[in-house]
Amino acid sequence: MKLKLIALAVTAALATTAQAQISDKVVKIGVLTDMSGVYSDIAGQGTVEATKLAIEDFKAQAKPDFAIEVVAADHQNKGDVSSNKAREWFDREKVDVITELVTTSTALAVMKVAKEKNKLALISGAASTRITNEDCNDVTVHWTYDTYAVSNGTAKAVVKQGGKSWFFLTADYAFGHSLEKDAAEVVTANGGKVLGAVRHPFPGSDFSSFLLKAQGSGAQVIGLANAGADTMNSIKQAAEFGVTPKQSLAGLLMFISDIHGLGLKTTQTMYMTDGFYWDMNKETRDWSKRYFDKMKKMPTMVQAGMYSAVMHYLKAVKAVGSDDTQKVMAQMKKTPVNDFFAKNGKIRDDGRMVHDMYLVQIKKPEESKYAWDYYNVRATIPAAEAFQPLSASRCPLIKK
Amino acid sequence: MTDFFGVPLPALFGQLVLGLVNGSFYAVLSLGLAVIFGMLNIINFAHGALYMMGALFTWMFMEYLGIGYWWSLVLAPLSVGIIGIAIERLLLQWLYKLDHLYGLLLTFGLALILEGFFRHLYGVAGQPYSIPDELSGAINLGFMFLPKYRAWIIFASLAVCLVTWYVIEKTRLGAYLRAATENPALTQAFGINVPLMVMLTYGFGVGLAGLAGVLAAPATQVGPLMGSNLIITVFAVVVIGGMGSILGSILTGLGLGLIEGLTKVFYPEASATVVFIIMAIVLMFRPAGLFGREK
Amino acid sequence: MNANRSVQIAYAIGLVLLLIAPALIYPVLIMKVLCFALFACAFNLLLGYTGLLSFGHAVFLGSAAYITGHALKVWELPTLLGILVGTLGAAGLGWVIGSLAIRRQGIYFAMVTLALSQMVYFFFLQASFTGGEDGLQGVPRGTLFGLDLADDTNLYYLVVAIFVGAFWLIQRTIHSPFGQILKAIRENEPRAISLGYDVAKYKLLAFVLSAGLAGLAGATKTVVFKFATLTDAHWHTSGEVVLMTLLGGMGTVFGPVVGATVIVSLQNELADKVGSLVTVIMGVIFVVCVLAFRRGIVGESIALYKRMIGEKTE
Repeated sequence: MKLKLIALAVTAALATTAQAQISDKVVKIGVLTDMSGVYSDIAGQGTVEATKLAIEDFKAQAKPDFAIEVVAADHQNKGDVSSNKAREWFDREKVDVITELVTTSTALAVMKVAKEKNKLALISGAASTRITNEDCNDVTVHWTYDTYAVSNGTAKAVVKQGGKSWFFLTADYAFGHSLEKDAAEVVTANGGKVLGAVRHPFPGSDFSSFLLKAQGSGAQVIGLANAGADTMNSIKQAAEFGVTPKQSLAGLLMFISDIHGLGLKTTQTMYMTDGFYWDMNKETRDWSKRYFDKMKKMPTMVQAGMYSAVMHYLKAVKAVGSDDTQKVMAQMKKTPVNDFFAKNGKIRDDGRMVHDMYLVQIKKPEESKYAWDYYNVRATIPAAEAFQPLSASRCPLIKK
Repeated sequence: MTDFFGVPLPALFGQLVLGLVNGSFYAVLSLGLAVIFGMLNIINFAHGALYMMGALFTWMFMEYLGIGYWWSLVLAPLSVGIIGIAIERLLLQWLYKLDHLYGLLLTFGLALILEGFFRHLYGVAGQPYSIPDELSGAINLGFMFLPKYRAWIIFASLAVCLVTWYVIEKTRLGAYLRAATENPALTQAFGINVPLMVMLTYGFGVGLAGLAGVLAAPATQVGPLMGSNLIITVFAVVVIGGMGSILGSILTGLGLGLIEGLTKVFYPEASATVVFIIMAIVLMFRPAGLFGREK
Repeated sequence: MNANRSVQIAYAIGLVLLLIAPALIYPVLIMKVLCFALFACAFNLLLGYTGLLSFGHAVFLGSAAYITGHALKVWELPTLLGILVGTLGAAGLGWVIGSLAIRRQGIYFAMVTLALSQMVYFFFLQASFTGGEDGLQGVPRGTLFGLDLADDTNLYYLVVAIFVGAFWLIQRTIHSPFGQILKAIRENEPRAISLGYDVAKYKLLAFVLSAGLAGLAGATKTVVFKFATLTDAHWHTSGEVVLMTLLGGMGTVFGPVVGATVIVSLQNELADKVGSLVTVIMGVIFVVCVLAFRRGIVGESIALYKRMIGEKTE
């Protein structure tokens, strides 16, 4: 480890003397996220704080000779707002990297602008596997999770428990479609059956007529291919219309903030897949406590992943001594990601950062001993299995 | 279990009941619009925003003051009504002599202000409001599962509509009101305070919107944007019904809710647009609306 | 003659400013302003000169945006042809909506256009070619006469050319006999009917023309931003164009341009600073305009100018 550090330092020093090329001596990070909408709990201000924590730690550890600035904006979950903002940030504000980008439409929009302007996009909150498949490019890293990773573990576990027939309640945009598709594949591959799907507008408020459809299908399991407030509402209204407990619900993408909002009474014994849990070990607890002091909430995987991505990026900038997009990207792909969030994480050529995921089951109220004590971690899904294998990739950058 | 054109009966009845719930909202809102239009000749674009405020007040009363649902059922519409009266006195009364379009534009501006203000305070994500204990749970009707709260929405809306209809069509107060609508100058000459009636009418009309908001609060999420999309559908309802008659707007509202419910069963893709399609058809054959008369 | 002269000078100054502007201001922002200015001018043709308040004009902006986006991305048409297809599409939609809406008048006309545009909005939301909530992304800008339009400066001059051409067309229309009949309808519809004009036909024609020009604005906007989204067709955008016209001065030549410039720059400046309060500010401007400022910036300025030189107003 030490040797490696020295080696890194030497390369860094060499690179710096060779060409110190950080434009204006400033690295500028733009956090583009949902500040006020349905995903503001999952991502939002918390990702800005996580970014600041990463910069703070990086400055303390690496003593960089460049300044680091952060700008943040609300993309309102809209592709056009994000695209405009990204263009403006790259063109006029000299932003080097845009991060976060919860909701797939904003991520896809910004990736395109980043490619055009040859700048970086580090995606934490968006979920669609399109980001590293059809729409992949060489300036984007998809950091925290994707629809394949979260549906894979959960759907498999539920089918194994005997939930063989499924019906999907899907949010009608790229993310929902992607989640439904990935989960349906897992269900059929494990011997289950998909009876149908119904699509609801995003963001929705009244799910009753869609739930009646799901009820009418007679499926054992209703897969919720939505997220955030939509998932929470579907779960609540399912209880109102007597859908549960006759049929069971499977939240395909849930975050610890959803569990916190719904309470353990409603969510107990549900399975879900998460990329991070604050109460795993001392490292995660230490960082999460720092985060908690700022936000008064425990971090979701999106917020924790944000820290990891920004840290890795800054280390790479320091190592190559330049904010040149391609050089930094090459360095980031070369170096394994090692921090409290990921162990030996690797950025693949399709832009997917692969790391371990966790299959968790929600605790019963009586099992929860202290605040935010919500998960029983049932299994660690190793990085190699957690994400879509490269052999199935539809990314043009992957040569087969 | 029996089928109806290949659709299982529980699903059909379920969707019809939900349609009736939506129809109740259409009815109460278009009734309020019709009452206001009759008296002020203004299409109240802020109606959706005031409906949203009814729901939001309900939530705020609970959140900050601990006031429960049943009290809110009275207090929230009252607060919205008072705000309406302030709007009428401060802003709308200057427009009566101008083209009616200015009333639409002003209330549109108001809708933006209210929506933006509450969006600034609470974000676009909805706030949850739980169903009061007395109405939680569901009744199993055998052929379907009817949540008590949805039944309450239908019952309460119908009651409000009928009382309003009775007051306007059958009482002395209603007679003055109708007279003032037909000929304000003459009514004024008979010693009736027309400006006061105009003010109270607007307050009452938006109070109805506030009441609809309270009813909606536990059924959906309470959020700043809940009114704006609904109001456009209600506009279509108003065009279909024509604004001539109180009973007409109530019936049109309920009827269209039911049709929407049926569409969800048989051709769900069109459920969002069916009201507008009906509007287009009505415009082709009966431009003044089903219950309207051409002025 | 005098007034004519000053108008000509104003045109000349405006054109010169437009040509040198990209050196001073971020060109994408000016292109956005120009698109919305054209949109507002098209709208003004209807509201200011025909007296019809359409509350669903965004749907023409949006439909042309989608059609052009689709034409450029999927059919891979040349840029100008793509813009033309979008414009014609919007005009066609304008014919359908217009023929229904002109059956009612005044407030009902506004509500009918709003409701029909909401219907089309829901159609866009569900149709697969629009990409729904995700929008139609990654529209190529293409080339023109061998010039790469991906370059902002090249595209800028194309947008200026489109804007100037359309603006000229609108001026010609207003001052043509057709424009005079429209004004007659605005002033007194029964009299226009009694004079033997087929009022419905003229209204419809004005509606289609306005829809087509709004479509031209939407098509151009897609090329500038490389995407089309639901926001373009949303009723909020319809409200915005009403506000631009009202604030600038309806029924004036430059009013919509001024209004669009003010509103777009305001939104651009304020979006980061006050967030969702932008909507509140827009609403306040609306209310103030309706209550105290009905002639708009340009209308009030003209009135002031006339008072100063001692001419009698109205």
